[in-house]
Amino acid sequence: MLVMLKKTLATALLLSLANLAIAQGTIKMGALATLEGAFTVLGEDGMRGVKMALNEFNYSVGGKKIQLITGSSDASPDSAIRAARKLVEQDGVQVLVGPLSGSEGLAIKDYAKTKPNVTFVNGTSAAQDTTLRKPAGNFFRFSTDGAQWMAGLGEYAYKVKGYRSVAVLAEDYSFPYTQVFGFLEPFCRLGGKSSADARFWVPIGNKDYSSVIAALPDDVDAIYVALGGADSVNFLTQYEQSGGDLPLVGGSITVDQSVLGSKGRTRKFIIGTPAAGPISDTWNDPRWDKFVADYKKQFPDGFPSPSLFAHGYYVNTKAALLGLQNVGGDLSDGGKKLRQSLSSLVFDTPTGMVSLDERRNAIADIFLTEVIEGPGGNLVNKTIKVVPQVSQTFGLQYEDFLKYGQVGRENPRCE
Amino acid sequence: MFDTRRLFSGNVSISEIHPAKIILAVFLIAYPSFTSDFFTFQIGAYSLILGTIALSLMMLAGYGGMVSLAQMSAAGFSGYIMAIFGENSVAVMGFGWPWWLTIITAILCGALFSTIVGAISVRTEGIYTIMITLAIAAAFFYFVRQNYHIFNGFTGFAGIEPPKLFGINWRDPVPFYYLTLFLAAFFLWAVSHCSRSTFGLGLQAIRDNPRRMRALGYHVSWHRITAYFFSGLIAGTAGVLLVWFNGRISPGSIGVEVVIDILVIAVVGGIRSPTGPFLGAIVFVLLENFAIDLIDRERFNTVIGLVFLLVVLFSPDGLLGLWNRIYPKIRFRRSVRTNGGRTQWDDSVSSG
Amino acid sequence: MLRFIERHTFWAIIIVLAVAILLLLIFSVWPEWLISVIGRKKTFVITLLNGVTLAGLYFLVASGFTLVFGLMRNVNLAHGSMYLLGAYIGYEVSERSGSWFLGLATAFFAIALSGVLLQILVFRRMEKEELRQTLVTIGISIIAADLMLAIWTGTTYQFTPPDWLWGSSVLPIISVIKASGKVIYLKYPIYRLTVLAVAVLVGIALWLFLNRTKIGMMIRAGVNDRDMLSASGVNIQLVFAIVFAIGAGLAGFAGVIGGTALSIAPGEDVRYLLASLIVVIVGGLGSVTGVAIGSLLIGLAEQFGLAYFPTYGVVLTFLIMVVVLAIRPQGIMGER
Repeated sequence: MLVMLKKTLATALLLSLANLAIAQGTIKMGALATLEGAFTVLGEDGMRGVKMALNEFNYSVGGKKIQLITGSSDASPDSAIRAARKLVEQDGVQVLVGPLSGSEGLAIKDYAKTKPNVTFVNGTSAAQDTTLRKPAGNFFRFSTDGAQWMAGLGEYAYKVKGYRSVAVLAEDYSFPYTQVFGFLEPFCRLGGKSSADARFWVPIGNKDYSSVIAALPDDVDAIYVALGGADSVNFLTQYEQSGGDLPLVGGSITVDQSVLGSKGRTRKFIIGTPAAGPISDTWNDPRWDKFVADYKKQFPDGFPSPSLFAHGYYVNTKAALLGLQNVGGDLSDGGKKLRQSLSSLVFDTPTGMVSLDERRNAIADIFLTEVIEGPGGNLVNKTIKVVPQVSQTFGLQYEDFLKYGQVGRENPRCE
Repeated sequence: MFDTRRLFSGNVSISEIHPAKIILAVFLIAYPSFTSDFFTFQIGAYSLILGTIALSLMMLAGYGGMVSLAQMSAAGFSGYIMAIFGENSVAVMGFGWPWWLTIITAILCGALFSTIVGAISVRTEGIYTIMITLAIAAAFFYFVRQNYHIFNGFTGFAGIEPPKLFGINWRDPVPFYYLTLFLAAFFLWAVSHCSRSTFGLGLQAIRDNPRRMRALGYHVSWHRITAYFFSGLIAGTAGVLLVWFNGRISPGSIGVEVVIDILVIAVVGGIRSPTGPFLGAIVFVLLENFAIDLIDRERFNTVIGLVFLLVVLFSPDGLLGLWNRIYPKIRFRRSVRTNGGRTQWDDSVSSG
Repeated sequence: MLRFIERHTFWAIIIVLAVAILLLLIFSVWPEWLISVIGRKKTFVITLLNGVTLAGLYFLVASGFTLVFGLMRNVNLAHGSMYLLGAYIGYEVSERSGSWFLGLATAFFAIALSGVLLQILVFRRMEKEELRQTLVTIGISIIAADLMLAIWTGTTYQFTPPDWLWGSSVLPIISVIKASGKVIYLKYPIYRLTVLAVAVLVGIALWLFLNRTKIGMMIRAGVNDRDMLSASGVNIQLVFAIVFAIGAGLAGFAGVIGGTALSIAPGEDVRYLLASLIVVIVGGLGSVTGVAIGSLLIGLAEQFGLAYFPTYGVVLTFLIMVVVLAIRPQGIMGER
């Protein structure tokens, strides 16, 4: 037993010595994503985004090489902290990109406060409070949060679709709360209604929606569904089988490409479902087309089109690299100059211009989409409009926005 | 381990303590001086905390024959109590009680949780206990995840820190390591001592034949529930340390996977002896941290599962049992060599 | 049944009354005051049907679990992994061959085979060491879950059952009569009714097997006293192997059936293992009737919890388990 301990210690010592040796002309960048457990597929796509950004810079900045070290979590905050601690304290990274999920992001933000000389850049974590309440001075989020992702959808549902009351069906945790808030807040402000007993928060991991579907009221105009991926596929199947016929409004991952392209009977009844999010697969813009082409070329075994995880990690890594370039790769002051540069960074991405607000959260474009029948008879998302430069406080003053309170099961109230 | 009666009678001498134990003690105490902060904190302190929780499981399983998978839940419950009655940064609950009161409340709550689990499962035996405690652990996990008023649901609590006493920030790696080392050593001694006390011997006798003990007049159920209480104290203390270590607690900290991990740690290390769980914890933590460098991090669970399976199949007493079987053979060979052919059966093999 | 009525007349009357009220609730048109108290009839009846059909699925999964325990005293905590593996294997076969039924059959036999191998190669050497057997099953479940994650990744898979099993059917139960006088009938997915039908068939088949065949007689004898059975000259290892084959095969079979209804993804193994555990604790280990009662209770509790109190509905099932344990620790139909 002692022998094994000694052997492992020796290996670790050797590794750290090796690290020291290349440290001189190298910048160490850590990338943290969910590479374990059920979200591995998403984390892998995030890593592809990181590598795409690094490839653009040829893995070097300001004359120094960039060494990428990966860290893995299983979407639980505890494992994210442990992985971050290993990257920062054991592997000695100076810039950390990640994490992927919302609750991990909240935990990493707290950890960042204890390591002021390391620069933390977000992956795709989209919880509001990561930057809205008690932000960390060294945590930068160049991607938008879950509420920002819903920009424009509430108004569209009220004004264009003509819905006046909606029911809500979403999973019972923070990310759906944020999405529902982002949708209902403008919808209710215009006069729409969504009473508390028309909101159905299903437990996480639940795949059986038939009883919930049976409990849905039939005096509403539409159902806002904020489920993702496979849960969404399950819900749509079960909804059709129960003879449901209300129109739907989608969250950012409810009617995305993976759901529309899933096997099984074509679901004609979701044609016309609007949704919103940070990317749109069918946006006709040369910047986006180039991004998709680069993705397909570099990763022939990846998804048919980059997901929002690849996109989020790409934008954040690129920002970090641009910042490093601006300071000539000089991190000798503990990264202070880098962080100053990042705070004022404005740059172009495959989805439009991105800049930061005072709490280091992104101001970026959001895409409003609707499901249509494509030329081959399959279903695709058509880009209806681009909502430009959405900020975290939706244009309001910070103090006024805080009055909305934290996202939760009953926020906002609109009877 | 040495006999405390003889210790206090002034008759024990250093030479009676097995040399390996002295070397180990020196190594553990001097550990932070030659390792980095990361090793001290994330490997050293974390192994000790996990080992302590697994120790509470080992006490019930090894000495009591009751494999309770709800010890991790008890530790988690005590961690939640720390967040609820102490201070946290999430603005939910956080009554701000004085630190000594929150710690005592948390530990007692952990013990209470464990006692309730014991009361529910005391009428079951063996495998039934595993099933019922697993279901209770899962129930607690689901409840905590759904409830926002008290437990803040999916998000959990953050910003829980140890108090700054005597001018030391106990959250720093080195002081925290010594704190966990001290508590782990204390519980190790307590459990070993207890196993030789009347209570402990009674518990082991109940494990072996409850009917006979009942016939002898022992109140078997009360005895078992009391054992749950003591192991709950251990788990509760470890829970406080765990929440200080992570600085946060959420339903993921007490999920079914973590609960099974504690069982794996206890079994791999060796469930018959108090040092077993700590051995298992070190192996587990090292694998978890360095598998990504040595093997594929993604298949960490397969590796740990294989180790667990191999141990159960070939060495049910865990790694410690394996060591105990190999060790006499080594000593045997050495004695053969030094005595020039005359074999000598050396009997002072430590029982671990 | 007649004897039951004779001995427990009071309870028999209560049960008949309850069934009558239930039938009334289902088939009549609800008056306004009832709707304002309970909610819409559609919600109630569909939730009731969901609960019963889910109970059918739980019965399929848990009956294998209880059989293995009843005879061999082996708590197979890898049961959930067998469910999931059966689902994956069934998926692969049905995708490649285009036949859902072939996938179903392959899942049953493949997992049954794995059960037999486990019994012969591993558990046979650990007879009488129940705790150790259980720990081995835990280890197997950890490894199996990780390997399945490696092979099939975290993606969710959907089956494609034949068309005549899919879609919704109209039931002869009135949902509501609109103000215009038009009668609206309830629509219900055909597949869920199929699951219920399959569960009932399997239940009857199991009952016949255990009570009307020679092997079944040996199994029942073995549940009562294993040593005596082996002393009477029966090849007990063969019986064990057969029972494990059936138990594991049922799990794989249920994997395809359940996977078609609710899709397959990592995590389903833990979910169905926990469900089996609770069903069997409530119903009583070792009794197939107990599993039927337990799955009915748990299925209904889960669905009513989801429909009427979604926040704490998940905990409701565990509460039932705790209550049963407090009052009758051996389960409803279990023997001490």
